[in-house]
Amino acid sequence: MKKLESTLKNMMLSLTCITIVAGAALAGVNMLTEATINAQKEAQKQAAISAVLPEHARIAEAEQVGDFVIYRAFDANDRYAGAAVQAVTNGFGGKIKMMIGFDAENRIVNYAVLEQAETPGLGTHIVEWFKNTAKPGQNIIGRQADGKMTVSKDGGDVDAITAATISSRAFLSAVNAAYAALNGSDANTGASKQQHAQPEQVETVSTDAEQQVTNDFVSQGK
Amino acid sequence: MTTNTKTLLNGIFKENPTFALVLGMCPTLATTTSAINGMSMGLATMFVLVCSNVVISLLKNLIPDKVRIPAFIVVIATFVTIVEMLMKAYTPAIYDVLGLFIPLIVVNCIVLGRAEAFAAKNSVGLSALDGIGMGLGFTLSLTVIGIIRELLGTGSCFGLNIVPDNYGMLLFVLAPGAFIVLGLLMGLFQKYVKK
Repeated sequence: MKKLESTLKNMMLSLTCITIVAGAALAGVNMLTEATINAQKEAQKQAAISAVLPEHARIAEAEQVGDFVIYRAFDANDRYAGAAVQAVTNGFGGKIKMMIGFDAENRIVNYAVLEQAETPGLGTHIVEWFKNTAKPGQNIIGRQADGKMTVSKDGGDVDAITAATISSRAFLSAVNAAYAALNGSDANTGASKQQHAQPEQVETVSTDAEQQVTNDFVSQGK
Repeated sequence: MTTNTKTLLNGIFKENPTFALVLGMCPTLATTTSAINGMSMGLATMFVLVCSNVVISLLKNLIPDKVRIPAFIVVIATFVTIVEMLMKAYTPAIYDVLGLFIPLIVVNCIVLGRAEAFAAKNSVGLSALDGIGMGLGFTLSLTVIGIIRELLGTGSCFGLNIVPDNYGMLLFVLAPGAFIVLGLLMGLFQKYVKK
């Protein structure tokens, strides 16, 4: 077959047909994969929730508080056992999304990082670093959450990841914000805590954001 | 050597996309922080290369010359989006790491370059072989870079710890290491492989 001439009619016909077929193919693949993609995300979330919660019998409906999603858990006697909070924060390389578990006394049970794009070998250590029970300086598991956790560089008592202070700060700010969100929406623990924790949280987040911007600027500059 | 084997091996040795043609440097440098990442990126690109080469070769007489570039890009972008959706559905862990770079395969010079330079002028079978060869060349190069960077940078290989704890030459995991490893490998390749 001879090659089609580049006339206006041929060009329009050819491009239109190609885009229609391409569109149809994409719609088809989307239909095939959509259910699996959603199921994957759901399974990942469920695994994270059960990993970070203390022992429990049932989990209440998810509550949306601002950017946070709270899953409260209750034990066999229907007493409040703790909660898993899904938090999002800006890290060094993009969003960090994680699930943090608190027990009934607001001690941190466990955490799981759902999404992160930190520097490989440095910031990516957030996934394990703060769970190292052998090193109390960096471990946050079992600590009493107070919404004011900071790295030692900023006067706190949590050791930051070596050479990844920004990621560590972002991580802790998410833990603090999750605590604030959990207690802010909890009528039992009182609203006074929320008033105390909330404004401070906002401040921490904005400082981090500024540092993030400065850092991006520097890395672009080189 | 027959034309078929020649076409297949062309992409791996004589015109290796990474070390000889020096195309597609953005994903090469960015995704090779570990062996498995480099390999996944290579395989995703290979899938797109083979599919787009075949389709473009089939359609080559139906696409008027003046609109060939937009037509090629639409075909390539379609396959890239398909790969993206499939990876999201079936290999979410790898998608999490490569996510940002998968859509960028659309603008990878290798894919458009092979469509323009090879698939638009050759038969379907040869174009498929060219896609496989180029894809293999790209995958092998990225895997080798990934292995070296992972081994020197974090002391492991395909996620398996080889060197005991707390070892790490972070330089090799970060951007400068990518350039150093790529440069040295390119030099070795030019000296010993590409004759």
